[in-house]
Amino acid sequence: MKLLLKNREMLLVVAIIALLVLIAVRFPPFVAPGNLANVYNDTSILIILALGQMAVILTRCIDLSMAANLALSGMAAAMLNAAFPGLPVPLIILVAVALGAALGSINGLLVWKLDIPPIVVTLGTLTIYRGLIFLLSGGAWINAHQMSDAFKALPRATLLGFPLLSWLSLVIIAIMVVVMRRTPLGRAFFALGGNPHAAVYTGIDVGRTRFLAYCLSGTLAGLSGYLWVSRYAVAYVDIAAGFELDIIAACVIGGVSIAGGIGSVGGAVLGALFLGVIKNALPVINISPFAQMAISGMVIIIAVAVNARAEKRKGRVILRKAEAAHG
Amino acid sequence: MADVQTIARHIPDRLESRGARLIKSWETLLVAVALAIFLVNSFASPYFLDPWNLSDATFNFTEKAMIAFAMALVIISGEIDLSVASIIALTSTVMGYAVQLGFDTPALVLIGLTTGLLCGAFNGLLVTGLALPSIVVTIGTMSLFRGLSFLILGDQAFTGYPASFSWFGQGYVWWVFSFEFCLFVALAVIYGIVLHKTNFGRAVYAIGNNQTAALFSGVRVGRVKFVLFLLTGLMAAIASICLTARLGSTRPSIALGWELEVVTMVVLGGVNILGGSGTIPGVVLAALIMGMVTFGFGLLNVPGIVMSIFIGLLLISVIALPILYRRFRGRRSH
Repeated sequence: MKLLLKNREMLLVVAIIALLVLIAVRFPPFVAPGNLANVYNDTSILIILALGQMAVILTRCIDLSMAANLALSGMAAAMLNAAFPGLPVPLIILVAVALGAALGSINGLLVWKLDIPPIVVTLGTLTIYRGLIFLLSGGAWINAHQMSDAFKALPRATLLGFPLLSWLSLVIIAIMVVVMRRTPLGRAFFALGGNPHAAVYTGIDVGRTRFLAYCLSGTLAGLSGYLWVSRYAVAYVDIAAGFELDIIAACVIGGVSIAGGIGSVGGAVLGALFLGVIKNALPVINISPFAQMAISGMVIIIAVAVNARAEKRKGRVILRKAEAAHG
Repeated sequence: MADVQTIARHIPDRLESRGARLIKSWETLLVAVALAIFLVNSFASPYFLDPWNLSDATFNFTEKAMIAFAMALVIISGEIDLSVASIIALTSTVMGYAVQLGFDTPALVLIGLTTGLLCGAFNGLLVTGLALPSIVVTIGTMSLFRGLSFLILGDQAFTGYPASFSWFGQGYVWWVFSFEFCLFVALAVIYGIVLHKTNFGRAVYAIGNNQTAALFSGVRVGRVKFVLFLLTGLMAAIASICLTARLGSTRPSIALGWELEVVTMVVLGGVNILGGSGTIPGVVLAALIMGMVTFGFGLLNVPGIVMSIFIGLLLISVIALPILYRRFRGRRSH
């Protein structure tokens, strides 16, 4: 049991299962496999975004512009589709991803080359990217009937019984696991977050690594932009407004330390799923959907308090060992 | 060894004279920017220089600036409070609820201020009591406070505030000077004195520069930070009273996104986002600049969202330019 509680991911799994049991008591059909698959599918975009945010937070930075980046890339994809319905969808996705990566690299360059604090940079680009959507679209909406069928169908297409959106998020999770655990870049994220000075002496270019983290979060935001717009079949200036906080919340709940260097792909995914389960469960167990914001706020505060305790304990153990060595 | 000589040498307190420092200071740059914007505005629109128009323009920034003063202190001490806009929403909702119960203006103000103080105390307890990072805590309370407001109001709105209450947002003290503007000036003076002339202000700088050193030199770090979060809650409540009185109604989405504008104002005012430095005059100037830009663009029929692009660019460029300038000078001198 102690071992179980010490492992963050296991703790989250237990929390999610407890949550599901509570919901099942009130509304049993919620935990039917088919519905759980729907909940996963509904959370897919949040999972993808949380993984990008995790990479950035690991390097002691933060990306507040992800939702605005998503909205701008999504609007660009939707407008491209509305203007040239014949354009193949993969090409549109490529444009959205490239645009997202470019917007992310702007954040990265400002942090890397000008040494501006990340929170200031992304606070600025958050408002700039949002404003650019207005300039791009003139404030107009792109509605479902203006989008081609192929454009809207892709995330909904099923493969082996599951929507492509779910598969895509699984693929991205797999890629991120490999990047984080098996590549020099992934190790650099952790090393830099753990101790930037030590990272420099081990030959890691701090600025460049941060730049790459922002490129990664931007790329995933661009991809999510297409997914969001095609899934909800609408694009306007304010889509995903405020979603940047949900993304950060998913990371915090998942045990990603805001101080950098601590976190895991599994944690971020579970953190996003935790929020996804709450969001999908509230309407079916007759709790006002207006309560969702307050509940996720409470969850964030509790999660960060639990995280801090876990991190503190680690420090104490090291100290005790050192004392023992001296004695 | 014996013939080592000690030569008395004057070491100046400051490397530059007072005047030279003043000319190179951030505040001087802000004054120049403010003057430039003022001139451009008065040429661009014939309606800009009308005293009543200018008076109307002050409402663009007074409420945000009140919060910015307290936020400046929080940021100088190395923390941040992203929940201010949500405190506005919750305070306004609680006051609206009190109106339904039949409370009158003095009680409403008292209830509003208490709500703000409680919110601030909650933030302060989490940050100082549990030693949690303020950025995450206040992202959480930002959701929580506005979430409570949504929970109470849903998609409804509170209206029917007493006529005497609306004076806080619509009343004028003398000629074109509104109550809000006078309050803004008074608070600017108070915060200026607190930050620059009192022990408390020194403690705020000390904590922001080196928290451990501050602790060892006898500064009660936890208590000072707690007071700072209390102050931010109080300022958000005062802003909420003004805003609610001005609008005459409360919706859960009131003041949405203001936290970013307040932080922008503080950073634009020359406060280091990493803590340790910044001045109240700088924040006042930044408030004036942001207010004038918004008002000038409004007169030229520029949509609000385009203004936000400008504010975003302003935020990044005012921080980037000095860095680029220093780098350029550094390169030349080598």
